Amino acid sequence: MLKVSDPVYEAMRQHGEETYPHECCGVMLGRSEDAVNAVTEVVRAGNTRTDSAHNRYHIAPQELIRIQRQGREKGLDIVGFYHSHPDHPAQWSPTDFAEAHWLGCSYVITAVEKGAARQTNSFRLTGHTEETKKFEPEPISVTGQNTPGLGPE
Amino acid sequence: MKIFIPTPLRVYTEKQDAVEVAGTTVAEALSALTMKYPDFQKHLYTGEGKLRSFVNVYLNDEDVRYLPEGDKTPVKDQDTLSIIPSIAGGCCRTGDRAFGACCCCRD
Repeated sequence: MLKVSDPVYEAMRQHGEETYPHECCGVMLGRSEDAVNAVTEVVRAGNTRTDSAHNRYHIAPQELIRIQRQGREKGLDIVGFYHSHPDHPAQWSPTDFAEAHWLGCSYVITAVEKGAARQTNSFRLTGHTEETKKFEPEPISVTGQNTPGLGPE
Repeated sequence: MKIFIPTPLRVYTEKQDAVEVAGTTVAEALSALTMKYPDFQKHLYTGEGKLRSFVNVYLNDEDVRYLPEGDKTPVKDQDTLSIIPSIAGGCCRTGDRAFGACCCCRD
């Protein structure tokens, strides 16, 4: 399960609206315990894929290191990532899967339709190795509500 | 020197986010890490012993792949290494849908 407060949840969705028609991306900081990734804050990241920003995202490793350091100073870990799918469903794509390497982390995807955030889904990257990894849908708990995905259909 | 461990790999370092190792080069430091925690090996390297393409190793703020001496670069005790798996993705290309190959376009 992904636990996130309403303002943080909305911040991710709003980011996707702001960057439309390009994909947004960012990092979720928080704590991971058992089957729960609890997000305390999100950090916006730049999308280095300026060549194809409408359907690709990439976060520079240096930026990840900076965000990881920033989290460590607050006692927080990287527990996941978020990005948007402009005018596409909030489902993981083959590219999302191929480029996912943070086992145990949550990958949040928000569908942004004509500039408005719609469905938001989260997928946990499970497995123990690259060869056995898989995405599993996980419920999102926003300010105490449990739902497999929030936002207007 | 200190090696910072990313969240997914802490399961192999007894949940430590940083590990102290000894070494005079980047390669020696990484070797010390995999000696100490053997399960790390398969996550960092391919079967041929090459660093996996999606694993980034940074010496302080420099990508080791682009340092003139690569992993033979000398290190000091106060240096830090960061292991950072890459993060990327994105929705399908328009053509993917035509072939029915894209999960994100599945209705």
